[in-house]
Amino acid sequence: MDLEQTARTEALRTEARAWLREHVPARPLPSLETGEGFAAHREWEALLHSGRWSAVSWPEEYGGRGADLFGWLAFEEEYWAAGAPGRVSQNGVSLLAPTLLAHGTAGQRARVLGPMASGEVIWAQAWSEPEAGSDLAALRSRAVRTEGGWLLSGQKTWSSRAAFADRAFGIFRTDPGAAKPHQGLTYLMFGLRDPGVTVRPIGRLDGKPAFAEIFLDEVFVPDEDVIGEPGQGWRIAMSATGDERGLTLRSPGRFLAAADRLRELWHRAGDPADTALRDRVADAAIGARAYQLFTAASASRFAAGAALGPESSLNKVFWSSYDIALHETALDLLGPDAEVADTPWAEGYVFALAGPVYAGTNEIQRDIIAERLLGLPKGRR
Amino acid sequence: MRFLLTDEQREFGRSLDALLTAADTPAVLRAWAAGDHGPGRALWGRLADAGVFALAVPEAYGGVGPLPVEAAVACVELGRHAVPGPVAETLAAGVLLAGAGGPVAEEWLPGIASGAAVVSLTLEGYGPYAPDADAADAVFTVTGDELRLAPGPGEPSASADPARRLFRPEPGGAPVAKGPAIRAAARAAGDTAAFATAALALGCGEELLRATVAYVKQRTQFGVPVGSFQAVKHRLADTLLGLEFARPLLYGAAVELASEVSRTGAGTGSAEGSPGAGAAVAAAKVAAGEAGYAAARTALQLHGAIGYTEELDLAWWLRRARPLRDAWGTPSACRARVLAG
Repeated sequence: MDLEQTARTEALRTEARAWLREHVPARPLPSLETGEGFAAHREWEALLHSGRWSAVSWPEEYGGRGADLFGWLAFEEEYWAAGAPGRVSQNGVSLLAPTLLAHGTAGQRARVLGPMASGEVIWAQAWSEPEAGSDLAALRSRAVRTEGGWLLSGQKTWSSRAAFADRAFGIFRTDPGAAKPHQGLTYLMFGLRDPGVTVRPIGRLDGKPAFAEIFLDEVFVPDEDVIGEPGQGWRIAMSATGDERGLTLRSPGRFLAAADRLRELWHRAGDPADTALRDRVADAAIGARAYQLFTAASASRFAAGAALGPESSLNKVFWSSYDIALHETALDLLGPDAEVADTPWAEGYVFALAGPVYAGTNEIQRDIIAERLLGLPKGRR
Repeated sequence: MRFLLTDEQREFGRSLDALLTAADTPAVLRAWAAGDHGPGRALWGRLADAGVFALAVPEAYGGVGPLPVEAAVACVELGRHAVPGPVAETLAAGVLLAGAGGPVAEEWLPGIASGAAVVSLTLEGYGPYAPDADAADAVFTVTGDELRLAPGPGEPSASADPARRLFRPEPGGAPVAKGPAIRAAARAAGDTAAFATAALALGCGEELLRATVAYVKQRTQFGVPVGSFQAVKHRLADTLLGLEFARPLLYGAAVELASEVSRTGAGTGSAEGSPGAGAAVAAAKVAAGEAGYAAARTALQLHGAIGYTEELDLAWWLRRARPLRDAWGTPSACRARVLAG
């Protein structure tokens, strides 16, 4: 049992640190949830790509560095410790790309991954629908067969940054007569400015306009933009939400950096007599280390050939609860300044509030933990 | 990086689990609580034969240690089976005496390794109690840079855990070792006691969760197992979450303790002023202590009224979780250590 990094991982870490020191903007970029910020973050993705840092875990032929999970984790630690901008390409890089690498055609990978890595094409996800949230398999948006492709109709919603993104991916009902709800679904990619697509921004709690719903009216998708076999969409989408996805959705580096900043804030602004607040600052440090080591153990199991299944639900409940607690502690340390919006802590807090809701609500994750890890009987939700 | 137990370490844990499952620890606990240490000492002898207490004793004194990862594996199993007696204190004494060296080390360490000697102790900066001193062959105290053998166990107080008794060691006793090495040894011993207690707490919590999951699967109300209700499931999911995120902190601390040993020599602890493994141990102690205690609260609540009685063996684990959370570093003291380190 050890925590030693290989020479390759350490070399990647050293190179990343040097590059980031040179290139990370001195002043924070405007929020990536605004039009101006989105454009600035797109430029940052292009700069990252020029250094081959935008997708370190991808194969080299697509602009990555072929880093294994340990390399990716080390890069992420450096990235967030350097105070680098949020990743506007995250949905594409960490969700669509692994799906294409596992299930896509060579042609799709060649066509999609390059522009994704450079930020030229930014992807939004199109999973949820008004009547299909936690119960995703209840989705109704359909794709109907036509000459050389499919026609999409229906409505997707809660799509992060779809107001500014270029393309989207999601699953659609292609066989309404299938015996079960998760059968007869197909994984498709489409353009957010294609004929028949209407994107309507939805204001978020923080008033930022990037969140959106997507209306689809007979939008043509060519066969070449179907991922995997028609009818296999559920299986393909779930393979991307389990396994490595559970590890890569939120890297420990992000929380280690936040916990370090919180500790600095405590030393600068904390009242030493306020031991209740001191304990919460300590819990942030402990939680970040716990998450880092939990992830190290998962990555070790994965490297040893094990599958990572329902334990990703433990992971998700942990970081989403942790993120809110950390930011609440920071706001309490800021006292009257906590109310000031558009500061990094205030923005981080609003971002954290969504964590227990998206990517499978924490209630659904706790059901999965109880039923699949503890073996408790299924019941009514 | 391979942050996983080896097959041998896993097998060591399984063999201890088998040994303890066959040992009927609830019967041992009942005897221990009634003041009969015989069955408990016999069980300690079998654990020593399996190599448990040699893990904290260096080879020069008949041990195989210090091996913190193996010690964590062992203490999780001992905690899972609620083995009575001063487990953390005896392991800490191995580190304390190895750091002290000299005649006192020669006299006691081989016996600790072999299971012939059960030891309790107090250290400055922690609570005043030497647990189960009446069952111990020696009680050590450290004050400043002096290590003493207490002249007697002192007056007992009852513990919240009936299978544990608390003693304030009788004052006095001639110093058996003295000097700056004692301070460093006491610091390393305190880390070891906290580390072992964290592992015992994690094991205690694991057993409380296992017993409660089994119970809610078979207990029916409204015509269905109560374990099919979301309120029950979610509480158990949170309990598992606490334990599963405490475990890597425990083994992370084990890795840091092991690397400290290889840097500074067996059992001498970190250099003055360096954070060393102490902060990692403190983090593990907070997380494992809180997770074990949360498991006890969950177990009590989900067993309902029967959980509030002595009818079930569960009561031994229920009453142990809180003392383990607080012994060798309260959560608040450990959190302060994390921020200082």
